[in-house]
Amino acid sequence: MADAKIKVKALNFYYGKFQALKNVKLEIPEREITAIIGPSGCGKSTLLRCFNRMNDLVSGVRIEGEVVVDGEDIYCPSVDLVHLRKKVGMVFQRPNPFPLSIFDNIAYGPSIHHFASRKQFPEIVERSLKAVGLWNDLKDRLRDLALTLSGEQQQRLCIARLLAVEADILLMDEPCSALDPIATERIEELMRELRKKYTIVIVTHNMQQAARVSSRAAYFYLGELIEYGSTQRLFTRPLRRETEDYITGRFG
Amino acid sequence: MKLGNAQVEQKIVFFFLFLSTLIILIPVILVLIVIISRGSSVLNWAFLTAMPRMGMRSGGIFPTIVGTFYLVAGTLVFALPIGIFSAIYLSEYSKRNLLTRIIELAIVNLAGVPSVVYGLFGLGLFVVFLKFGASILAGSLTLAVMVLPVIITASREALQSVPRSFREVSYSLGATKWQTIRYAVLPHALPGILTGTILSVSRAAGETAPILFTVAAFYLPRLPQSIFDQAMALPYHLYVLSTQVPNVRLELQYGTALVLVGLIVIANLVAVIIRSYFRAKKQW
Ligand SMILES: Nc1ncnc2c1ncn2[C@@H]1O[C@H](COP(=O)(O)OP(=O)(O)OP(=O)(O)O)[C@@H](O)[C@H]1O
Ligand SMILES: [Mg+2]
Repeated sequence: MADAKIKVKALNFYYGKFQALKNVKLEIPEREITAIIGPSGCGKSTLLRCFNRMNDLVSGVRIEGEVVVDGEDIYCPSVDLVHLRKKVGMVFQRPNPFPLSIFDNIAYGPSIHHFASRKQFPEIVERSLKAVGLWNDLKDRLRDLALTLSGEQQQRLCIARLLAVEADILLMDEPCSALDPIATERIEELMRELRKKYTIVIVTHNMQQAARVSSRAAYFYLGELIEYGSTQRLFTRPLRRETEDYITGRFG
Repeated sequence: MKLGNAQVEQKIVFFFLFLSTLIILIPVILVLIVIISRGSSVLNWAFLTAMPRMGMRSGGIFPTIVGTFYLVAGTLVFALPIGIFSAIYLSEYSKRNLLTRIIELAIVNLAGVPSVVYGLFGLGLFVVFLKFGASILAGSLTLAVMVLPVIITASREALQSVPRSFREVSYSLGATKWQTIRYAVLPHALPGILTGTILSVSRAAGETAPILFTVAAFYLPRLPQSIFDQAMALPYHLYVLSTQVPNVRLELQYGTALVLVGLIVIANLVAVIIRSYFRAKKQW
C-alpha cells in the first residue's frame, strides 16, 4: 500500500510481563475508515493507543517494533509528542467534554497550542461545529455548559474538539457504545462525511457498524492480527475460520 | 402485630445512633446560647471599631480584630502557594517511592502535632534564630507551618477527585503535563482546595498557643505598622481578658468571645457555600 497513512511494523506491546500485542503488521490507508474488531481484551484499544502514544501514560509498558505515521516513526526519540497528538486525535468510549462551555471545550486545544489568536477562536469554533453538524443547533448557546448536551451531541463536540487542533487522523474507541441506535446511526453518517477529509480508525464491538462504515477491517484475537482486508471481503468470504466464527456470532 | 426480634433490635440501634448524634449538638448549642446571651449586650459598632480604654476594661477591640486579620492574611500568603504546589507535586508528579512515603508520613504526623509545639517551634526558628522577633511575620509563618499539612491533604484530595478522563483528553489533544494540570485539573480542584484552606485557616485563627510567643501582644496603644511589629489578636486577647486583667466586666469577655466565634462561623459558612455551589454545578 503506497499511500498508507499509518504503517505498523512487527509491533509487540507489553503491560509488564503480559504481552498484549503480538507481532502486529498493519497498513492503514489514508482517508478511509478502518475498523478494528475482535473479542474483549484482544488488544484493540491498546493498538489504537499506540497510534497517539497514549500508552506512554501507563507505567510499566514496553513496546517493540515501529509505528510509522506519515512516513515518520512515532516512537523515535526525536518525535515531537505535542505535534503527534495534535495530528492524531482520539475519541473516547464515553463522551468526555470538559465541564466548561461548548465554546471553551473547542477552544481548549487552540489556546493550549497558541496557534491562533483569541480573536480567531470564534471562527475556529464555528468551523469545527459546522464540520460535525452541530452549528445550527448550538450557535445561539455556545456559552452553555457542554454537559447539558445530549450524549450524541457531546460525542460530536468531542470530535469537533479534535478538528479544532487540525487533527487529520481520528482514532475512535467504541465511540457509539454509550449512545442509542438512532444517535449511533447519525454518528456513523458523520463518520462517512468526515472520511472525505480524514483518516479514521474505529474500534467497535458492533459487527453491523463495522460493515456499515468501514472500507477495511482487521480482526484481532488474543493480541494477534488474524485477518485484515477489505470489509466486504472479510465479512462475506473470510479466509480464516476464526474470523468467520467471530463475525457470524459463533465465537466462544 | 408482633414485632420480630430483628425489628426490635433495629429500633434499639436506631435509637442509640440518633441519641449519639443529638449529644453532639448539645455542647454546640449550649456554647452558643451562653456566649450570645451574655456577650451580645456589648456588641455594637463602636465595640468593633474602637481602641481599648482604661486598661482594656472598656472601649472596643478593634486592634485585636485587625491583628487577627493580618495574621490570617499572612498565613494565607505563605501557606496557600506552598500547600497547593506541594499537593500538585505529590499528587501529579511524585513517584511511589520511599521518599514520597516518608513525606506522606511526615504530613500525617505534622497534622497531629499539638499547637503549643508549633508555638515553641516558631519561637525557636522565626523569632530567635531568624531574628524576626515577636512579629506578624513570625506569627504568620508559625501559623502557616501549622496549617500546611491540612491544606496539602485537602488539596491532594481535591486534585485526585478530578476525573482521570480530563487528564486523558487533555493529553490526547497534545497538552503537556503542566498544561494539563494547569488547565484541565487545577480549575476543577480549586473549589475543594479553597474549602479546605478556609476551614483550616479559620481554625488556626482561633488558636492561642502558636501566636503566644511569636506575635501576640498583651496591649498595644496603636495598630501595627509593619510585618515586623507585634500585634494584638482575638484569641490571645480573650485569654488576657479572662485571666490576666482583674475586674473586667463579664460582658466584655463574652462579647470578645462572640466576635471570635462569629468570625470563624462566617468563614466556615463561606467554605460551605463555596462547596455546595460548586457541587451543584459539577456533573461528573
Ligand atoms: N493498564 C493495563 N495494565 C495491564 N494490563 C492491561 C492494561 N490495559 C489493558 N490490559 C490488558 O491488555 C489486554 C488488551 O486490553 P485492551 O484494553 O487493549 O483490550 P480491548 O480489545 O480494547 O478490549 P475491550 O473490547 O474490552 O475494550 C487485556 O487482556 C487487558 O487485560
Ligand atoms: Mg477497548
